[in-house]
Amino acid sequence: MNSEQWLGLLTGVLFGFLLQKGRVLRFDKQVGAMLLKDMTIFKFMLSAILVGMVGINLLVDLGIITLSHKPLNVGAIVVGGALFGAGWAIMGFCPGTSIGALGEGRWHALFAIVGMIAGAALYAELFPWMQSTVLAWKDLGKLDLPQVTGLGKWVLIPLFWVGCLGLFAWFEKKNL
Amino acid sequence: MLKRKTSDGWSPYLAGALVGLLAVASVLATTTLMGKTNYLGASTTFVRAAGLLERTVAPDHVAGNVYFTKSKIVVDWQFMLVSGIFFGALVASVADRSFRLEHVPPTWKKRFGPSIGKRAAGAFLGGVVAMFGARMADGCPSGHGLSGMMQLSASAFVALAMFFGVGVVVAHLVYRRK
Repeated sequence: MNSEQWLGLLTGVLFGFLLQKGRVLRFDKQVGAMLLKDMTIFKFMLSAILVGMVGINLLVDLGIITLSHKPLNVGAIVVGGALFGAGWAIMGFCPGTSIGALGEGRWHALFAIVGMIAGAALYAELFPWMQSTVLAWKDLGKLDLPQVTGLGKWVLIPLFWVGCLGLFAWFEKKNL
Repeated sequence: MLKRKTSDGWSPYLAGALVGLLAVASVLATTTLMGKTNYLGASTTFVRAAGLLERTVAPDHVAGNVYFTKSKIVVDWQFMLVSGIFFGALVASVADRSFRLEHVPPTWKKRFGPSIGKRAAGAFLGGVVAMFGARMADGCPSGHGLSGMMQLSASAFVALAMFFGVGVVVAHLVYRRK
């Protein structure tokens, strides 16, 4: 293995460890969020975003890294996002957590993983057709929230923090 | 809120915040050590896994496929990241004795019974649809949800709203029916 692969493996082991400790790998936690009964995965994910958002934007301001926005290709994101949501509800895992769920013994995740590999293969076959249809509808390009809202990122980030902390307080109050 | 509960893992706020730190450290590490900034993601690895598997039976077909060529069928940083998730979860769950050989998850069992065949079919078909959607949307809850949101990408906010909004509707239709 080369150094790039070792770095990926080390990062993945830590990521998997924390996903497991946060108890977000489980089918019941993921479907529990979609049934609006257990918001554990949101507490976890939004906490990660709050911390990461500050760190990554500081690194950008220091000139150490550059951002890599995914384009807002409207048809692709809306149709693809809807398909993902529907499949996610039935499968009860997302791509990253399926691998972790297998690691903590929830072996039925294996069927989900095989299904996802098949879905990726199917997409590869239909990609030329996607390019001429869904992907070609309306691509707004690499937009970020400061461009959309006209507000600076150091205004948006504190606003995001306040919103999420309010949401967390509500989750705790409602015992979600 | 940040208190560690020994019986049921760590506070999701604490574990999540640590993933935030990991995401920043990872961006820094890939930039300095590899010379390119990599953000956490998972779904492209499934394309590479599909390409690697297909290549063993039909190498010419894979070589001629535009999407496989575009995605570069190699065992790269992200492929090892996704593989690492397995080992991290295994170590964590064995160490705190939360490792369980689960055949059918409780919520599923309540609705569809203990049949492994039904669960296998649901997981497989859900997987096909979800990954097809994730590749179309160019990301999953890792790439869009974590990395995109951290960067304040407009696409991430739309993607996450679609993922969760449709997930809520479908989950209610599927698991709430009597």
